[in-house]
Parts: sequence; structure tokens; C-alpha cells
Amino acid sequence: MINPPATVRDASFLHEVISETPGGERIVHCMQCGSCAGSCPNGPDMDHTPRVLFALIAAGQRKKVLSSNTMWCCVSCYACTSRCPQNIPVTDIMYALKRISLREGMANTTDAPALAQTFTGLLDRYGRSFEFGLASRYYLFNKPLSMLRMGPLGLRMFTRGRMSLRPSKIRQLDQLQAIIEKARQLGGTA
Amino acid sequence: MKYAYYPGCSLEYNALAYDVSVRKVADLLGFTLEEIDDWNCCGATEYFSQDELTAASVIARNLALVEPDVDQLVAPCAACYCNLIKVDRLMTNHPATGEKINEALAAGNLHYQPGRVRIRHILDMIYEDVGEAAIRQKVVRPLTGLKVAPYYGCQVVRPITADNTEYPTRMDELFTWLGAEVIDYPAKTHCCGGHMTQISELQAFELIRRLLHSAVSRGANVILCACPMCQLNLDAYQGRVATHFKTNLRVPILYFTQVLGLALGIDAPSLGFGKEIVSAEPVLEATLGTTLLQSAPS
Repeated sequence: MINPPATVRDASFLHEVISETPGGERIVHCMQCGSCAGSCPNGPDMDHTPRVLFALIAAGQRKKVLSSNTMWCCVSCYACTSRCPQNIPVTDIMYALKRISLREGMANTTDAPALAQTFTGLLDRYGRSFEFGLASRYYLFNKPLSMLRMGPLGLRMFTRGRMSLRPSKIRQLDQLQAIIEKARQLGGTA
Repeated sequence: MKYAYYPGCSLEYNALAYDVSVRKVADLLGFTLEEIDDWNCCGATEYFSQDELTAASVIARNLALVEPDVDQLVAPCAACYCNLIKVDRLMTNHPATGEKINEALAAGNLHYQPGRVRIRHILDMIYEDVGEAAIRQKVVRPLTGLKVAPYYGCQVVRPITADNTEYPTRMDELFTWLGAEVIDYPAKTHCCGGHMTQISELQAFELIRRLLHSAVSRGANVILCACPMCQLNLDAYQGRVATHFKTNLRVPILYFTQVLGLALGIDAPSLGFGKEIVSAEPVLEATLGTTLLQSAPS
């Protein structure tokens, strides 16, 4: 077990994050340098930058972290991960926080979870992503007004053969779904 | 040389121009691309946000489907490449997780031995396995006068790359060999906003604006992509970004394999030109020839 910094009173959240992230134990080496925050393209839109978030995790501020929009602003550009002088897998920690906040029902600040769930729902069903299905479902249920703005763009994509109105499916859907079911049984944490 | 080919979902429709140009270029350069039979979606960034073991198992199915006589896989999509290599490393570096993933795969009668397949991005394959001398020799239509801004984006060069992660140069070098004028600009590895165009579009628009301005203000007349998400964001949203910021933007966004194919003498219509929203025709015809995109036989 990793020893948390001596100043931390409640390390349970820190350990929860670590156990959810492969290589996550590096997080205890965060020295608050801010390379992650300075590298993040979406930093300005976050409730807390990654640097602040790591301080909050170390301080055991579970609710504050999990209800923030920070991890949902992360688009996995990996700039933080490649620049962290302490080799903390920042992007993977963001993924872990997304998963925990979803499980706890605390991911209510953005439409990102809805997009993710619509996307993987289609993957589970067809084995391939389905852009028209994703866009129509996601916008209809989350941003119906945006559909008007997206219409002309969708049409241009369609006329150029860049969008199909029908999903493409893999042949061995049963096999993929059996793998998915087994993976779920084995537990979400890798 | 034979490679397993993982096109990924985007290349079926949205990035069809990438798929057709990759296949044409590979063929001309003497690579055999063997499409993985019945491959499935890699889950992009969306599955890891919800369930890590399922995300990894879904990706690993593709690795397990690689034919036993093939030990290299090539992926043109940045997100697919990143996910495939991420899972291979995850299984290698965390054996207990690797076993769990194989337990899930076993439910579909599959197995993957971590490290068995070398996963590569198409840019690295061309840069390393063909190289400068052979490429220079094969140029039949030098790109003289074309000012290209190579755009690497994120997941081709982060977190795992054979190039320099902060200042990659492989696409720059490649296009120098082809006779193009290569534009150096600071945003070449910056993020295009990814799926933020769907979630919080103004956030993405600012990133797209910065990128386009960075390249165009240094003289680029075409931006080259190695990722379907980058191409989509910079191309399809360019008009709305220009309107939003009340600025004048009209720069074609092409896949680097399309323009590479032109230089290698492949007939233009078969490289997927015309699928881009911001037409590349005026720029290409002004620099490379007035009838370039119509006349060539197929």
C-alpha cells in the first residue's frame, strides 16, 4: 500500500482513485507544478484545473472532485500525461474519475456522459460506431435546438458520401456481446 | 511486406478519403494491407469513460483477430492507433489485467498474447519502412508551390510515439521529400477539440480558430491531417468557426495520404478529393495544374 502524504487525514478517496487507475499510484508524487494545467487545452473551462483537482484528491474532497466538470472537459489529448515530470498518467486518472462519478450518479454538469453512453450503446448493438444514429439520438435527447444548426452540416456530409443513414454491423455480434458481458461480470476495474 | 489493416469506423464513411488514399498509397509503395476480418469499433474515448475492462476487452478483440502469420498492425486513425497500443501496453505492463481481458476474450473463444502484434500508425509505417531515398525516387508530380501545414494533433504523437512527442517532424520531412514547402507553426500538436464540437461547441470553436490561424497566418494553403476527428473538426466546422469569430477562413483540410498520393502520381479522383467540405480544388489546381482533379484516367 502507498503511504499518503502525512498531511492527509482521509486518504480513502486517494486510494479509491489509485485502485481505479492502472499506474495510478504515481499520483502521490504530484508536486503541484501545474504542467498539466498549463498544457490543458480545456483548462480555462474547468471548475478546477488538473493541478487543483489533484490537491483536492489528496485532501479527500471526494464530493467536490466527483461533482466537478473537470474530467468531463478532458478530451484525451494526453498533453498533460506526456509532460508530467512525475510520470503521472493524468489522462487515465481523468478516465477513472469519469467512471467513479458516473457510478455515483454525480456526472450531471455536462452532456459528455450522454454522448459517451449513446456512443457505446450503439457499439454494443452493432459492433461499429454509427455516426448518424449517434448524432440524431444524442442531439434529440440532449440538445434538440442544435439539430437545426446541425442539419445543413449533416446534409453536406451525406451528399459527399461521408455519412450513412444505416448502421454497419459486424458479422459476429454474438461473439462481441459475449465478450462485453463477460468483461462486465469481471468488474469494471481493470 | 504484409500488415494487418485496422481501418476503424470513421474510415468507412466520414473519412472515406483517408481509407481510399491509404489503400492506394500502400499498394503503390508495395505494402500488402490485409483488413482484419470482422473488426469492431475501438470505442474511441467513450468506453474508457464508463468501464475500463470492457473498453479494453472490446479493443483487444481486434488484436486477437489478427491472423497468426501477421505480426504488424497498421491503423490510420489516431484514436484507434492510440487505443490499440494502449491496450497492448496495459496487458503487457499489468499482467493481472491482461489475464482478465483474456478471460473476457475467452467468452468469444479468442485469446491475445500481449506484445505479439506490433501496432503502428500509417505515418510511421511510411516514414520508417519506405524512407527518404525510396520516396524521393517515386515522386512523379513534385508538390512545388504547395504550402502545406502538417497537423499531427494529439493521439498520433501522444502518449506513445516513435517521433518526438513535443516537436514531431516526420510528416514535415515526408513533405519536404515530396517537394512541398512545409510550414512550421506552433499549433501543430495542439488539440482540435475532439468530441467537444458535440458537447460544448464554443469551447471547441476557439481551439479550431487558434489552430487554423496559426497555420494560415504563416502562409499555409493546405492543412494535412493524420486523424479523422481532426479533419472533421477543422473542415466541417470551419465555416461556422469563421462566422462565429467574424473572420475570413477558407483553408482546405486534407488527409496527408491524399496529397502524398498526388505526388506519387496516383490519379487524383481515386484519392477521395471532393469529399472535403472546404474544397481543395482551387488551391491544388493553382499550384499543381489546372485540370488535376478532372482529367486523370481512373
